[in-house]
Amino acid sequence: MAAVNVTKDNFQAEVLESDKPVLVDFWASWCGPCKMLSPIVEQVAESVQDVKICKVNVDDEQELAERYNIMSIPALKVFKNGEVVNEGVGFMPREKVEELIRV
Amino acid sequence: MEDIVIIGAGTAGLSAAIYARRAGKKAVVLEAMTYGGQIINTPDIENYPGIKHISGFDFATGLYEQATALGAEIKFEKVTGIKLSSDGIKTVKTSSSEYKTKAVILATGAKNRPLGLDREEELTGSGVSYCATCDGAFYKGKTVAVNGGGNTAIEDAAFLSSLCKKVYLIHRRDKFRADAADVEKLKAKENVEFILDSTISRLEGDDTLTGIEIHNVKNAVKQHLDIDGLFIAVGQIPDNSAFADVAELDEKGYIKAGEDCRTKTPGIFTAGDCRTKTVRQLTTAASDGAVAALAACSYCDSTEINS
Repeated sequence: MAAVNVTKDNFQAEVLESDKPVLVDFWASWCGPCKMLSPIVEQVAESVQDVKICKVNVDDEQELAERYNIMSIPALKVFKNGEVVNEGVGFMPREKVEELIRV
Repeated sequence: MEDIVIIGAGTAGLSAAIYARRAGKKAVVLEAMTYGGQIINTPDIENYPGIKHISGFDFATGLYEQATALGAEIKFEKVTGIKLSSDGIKTVKTSSSEYKTKAVILATGAKNRPLGLDREEELTGSGVSYCATCDGAFYKGKTVAVNGGGNTAIEDAAFLSSLCKKVYLIHRRDKFRADAADVEKLKAKENVEFILDSTISRLEGDDTLTGIEIHNVKNAVKQHLDIDGLFIAVGQIPDNSAFADVAELDEKGYIKAGEDCRTKTPGIFTAGDCRTKTVRQLTTAASDGAVAALAACSYCDSTEINS
């Protein structure tokens, strides 16, 4: 499944009310490590069926970034039933991303 | 068997791969994290000769594409050690595989040095940062501290002073390694306060950093500061312990080698920030990559190892 771009308007429906666990990638266009991580997140999105992958641009969605206390990017957060159950910051290799969503 | 195994896909390692491939050698690059090395965190490169301005990401991606287009293979595996055998063949072991090769180039780079405080790792990304240009935007209008006395610390403090309400600069001495002109410029800023002869002794806060405890090294007085963010800029450390048996390390852990990039083991070379040297810049990393690759090529041509 391809990654879904999420804004404050559809965050509730796409992430918080999702029936599957959701991995959210908080990123920005000026952030080098985010751009390195992005293709890895896309690869994971293509390879897993039971987890939904969403992306939030923190420049466009400052409200969401603030709500989830984003202080460093890239930041990955895993949501289950509307709650953050796992998270990681900084670039990480594919195995680490897969590890995050296996919780 | 490979001709050259390059450990590290930063500027030095990828430059070495370009030179090795252009010399017709088989080359594989092994990288534990991602290609590009430290430079991917830099938004603006303006001191690489021939390129007026480029972002670190674009520079790294250009290097990666150039190396792979020339046929270099880049694999994302963490190297755990190198075994030498009497016939001169080196076996590079990784977490998932191993590679037999004639020559090796160690281009492992360096990473940000942590302060070594309790909970530092846990609070990284939650108030503790090693990259002001990456994370500064999240501290707009807030109070932050920068720790360090080198050029990076002064640049970080100057950058943050344009975004934040208040910036403390904490430095363990009263003299700076940074350029004097930049220190003077920073001192003149109204929202910057210098706290000298002081180290950070404790990080405070539950889920996110809320403050720090500072220890004055001259009079032993402790002081508390409420801050939202701490930017650590106290230099780099290499990580070469896996290679201590094949290359000599200095007391800081850098691989001992001169400008010829040769280690104590014939056929093992080193390039970039992981090598003992005085200037660690993109240009010197690229330069080392070329020197080490060409030395490795001539080693491959002269060695009697059969492939």
